[in-house]
Amino acid sequence: MIEVEAVSKHFGDFAALDRVSLCIDQGKLVALLGPSGSGKTTLLRILAGLEQPDSGRVRLGGVDATGLGTRDRRVGFVFQHYALFRHMSVAENIAFGLKVRKGPQRPGNAEIEAKVHTLLNLVQLGGLAGRYPSQLSGGQRQRVALARALAVEPRLLLLDEPFGALDAQVRKDLRRWLRRLHDEMGLTGVFVTHDQEEALEVADEVVVMNKGRIEQIGTPSEIYDSPATPFVYRFLGNVNAVPCAVSGGSAQVGGLHIGGGSVDGVGTAFVRPHDVEILELSPDLPQAVIRLVTVMGPLVRAEAVLPDGTVLEAELTRDQKDKLDLRRGQEVSLFLRKAKIFVGTGI
Amino acid sequence: MTTAALPLLRRTRVASSVIPGFAPALGFTLFYLSLVVLLPLAALLLKAAGTTFEQWGRILGDSRVLSALGLSFGGAFAAALINAVFGLLVAWVLVRYSFPGRKIIDALVDLPFALPTAVAGIALTALYAPNGWLGRHLEPLGLKVAFTPLGVVVAMVFIGLPFVVRTVEPVLQDVDLELEEAAASLGADRLQTFFRVILPAIAPSLLTGFSLALARAVGEYGSVIFIAGNLPGVSEIAPLLIITKLEQYDYVGATAIAAVMLAISFTLLLAVNLLQKWRRARMGA
Repeated sequence: MIEVEAVSKHFGDFAALDRVSLCIDQGKLVALLGPSGSGKTTLLRILAGLEQPDSGRVRLGGVDATGLGTRDRRVGFVFQHYALFRHMSVAENIAFGLKVRKGPQRPGNAEIEAKVHTLLNLVQLGGLAGRYPSQLSGGQRQRVALARALAVEPRLLLLDEPFGALDAQVRKDLRRWLRRLHDEMGLTGVFVTHDQEEALEVADEVVVMNKGRIEQIGTPSEIYDSPATPFVYRFLGNVNAVPCAVSGGSAQVGGLHIGGGSVDGVGTAFVRPHDVEILELSPDLPQAVIRLVTVMGPLVRAEAVLPDGTVLEAELTRDQKDKLDLRRGQEVSLFLRKAKIFVGTGI
Repeated sequence: MTTAALPLLRRTRVASSVIPGFAPALGFTLFYLSLVVLLPLAALLLKAAGTTFEQWGRILGDSRVLSALGLSFGGAFAAALINAVFGLLVAWVLVRYSFPGRKIIDALVDLPFALPTAVAGIALTALYAPNGWLGRHLEPLGLKVAFTPLGVVVAMVFIGLPFVVRTVEPVLQDVDLELEEAAASLGADRLQTFFRVILPAIAPSLLTGFSLALARAVGEYGSVIFIAGNLPGVSEIAPLLIITKLEQYDYVGATAIAAVMLAISFTLLLAVNLLQKWRRARMGA
């Protein structure tokens, strides 16, 4: 169990972390998700002991580790750009953490060799023990870095944008592989990412961060289905953010009734594109004009303009599009299945 | 020209497109090198080739010549070693720390390049002479610097320092801090991190700096002769002996010593280059 208690960190005038508290259960894989400058990497580095917090505490397995240096934390850290030792072969890189141990803690050479062999197979690099990092691809380097971190049997594995420097396909494969690896080893892991898709796919739990604070903590489906703040709405996936007005218990977007509201006032309504349903023109329902239809593989993206000029993006299947015979300039009716309203300005 | 050779030719031309034309570029390079480097050296070897075996034996058997060569190469080697250690330290401080006056210290490093060597030699002599600022305090400790082989090494250290600092500095700048953090997260202490991670990463540049400092010290004349005292067989360097022989119209002797120096220097630099090449090949870079 990892506990972070009211941790703050400043770099000059910039508050990278502002009283952040967090609790991570044993065996979980957690994503720190946020835009650049949100403090996610700083939090990871504080967990690793590479950075010391200005205030607050970090507890690892119930023991206060706040003042402890990286060397004594037994955490594995995987760097975004791998930080492999270029003058060492793959096997020497992986063995490094074991070879630098002193006295009785240092395993024998045969033991080290066996362990390196096991790890190489685990990261599927069996035949590459003698290669040097410059002879490997990005994905292979990343897996060497992972094996090197795992060699010291860390109680916590930390990964800084582990797939950030890889191309799209390798990235997809590698993150599924990481998820399987995590399930097999049962290690507690924390990784930093700015890619919401990556966080939702790989993590057990997602911590959404913004401007040095935590916006929301939850499972991927909790985060996606019920975002707690406008920021989380905007950051996770595509969303329509349109001005709305609430009066007399009814919320309206461009003359379209979208649900109830308890507080009167103006604000912003958030509607996911797949919650915007396009129907055939019907006198009972609000109308809109189709401005754009884009076919993207199995999905179709359409933009509908409400009478007051508000544009809503809708996502529908090829089937639905064909049934409606959707095209530009067509008049349709809209129905919003689900919308979330935040009252207030500047959202 | 066969058709099969055509694609190969084209590719070569594309690959070297920054400088127009491989043939004129190589031709000019060879011409320039011949004019500036090879021609004077060839003249030297030609002159030396005219020396008979008896003459070689007499010159190289002379204890004065042997000790001069020994001092030149031994002193240069010692100076280059000292420079490798302390030059690395200077480069480290300049790269890793920012402090007031860093820019000035950075500029100071280059001064031995710019100073006329005679000025350096006179300044060092004035400092280390038995009545000089430093020599006065070293003398009671039994440490004589000026007019001894030690003085020769001091002068060689002075003129060789910039080579090590300037070759190591840019490479050290490229050594990512993340490497040190990675080593620390794997449990390495500071010494282990330095000797196993940082030093191997900068070793090629350190070796280059070492060999440049060595080469410079072997060929140094101006600054050394003032502080050396030039006692034959004790603190006389080979370049000075060459001048002495020339002044005595002993052209054969001067040429022979020069040829030997050339051969040793070339072998040393070649060995360093081969070592670097072997290292690179091993790392697959």
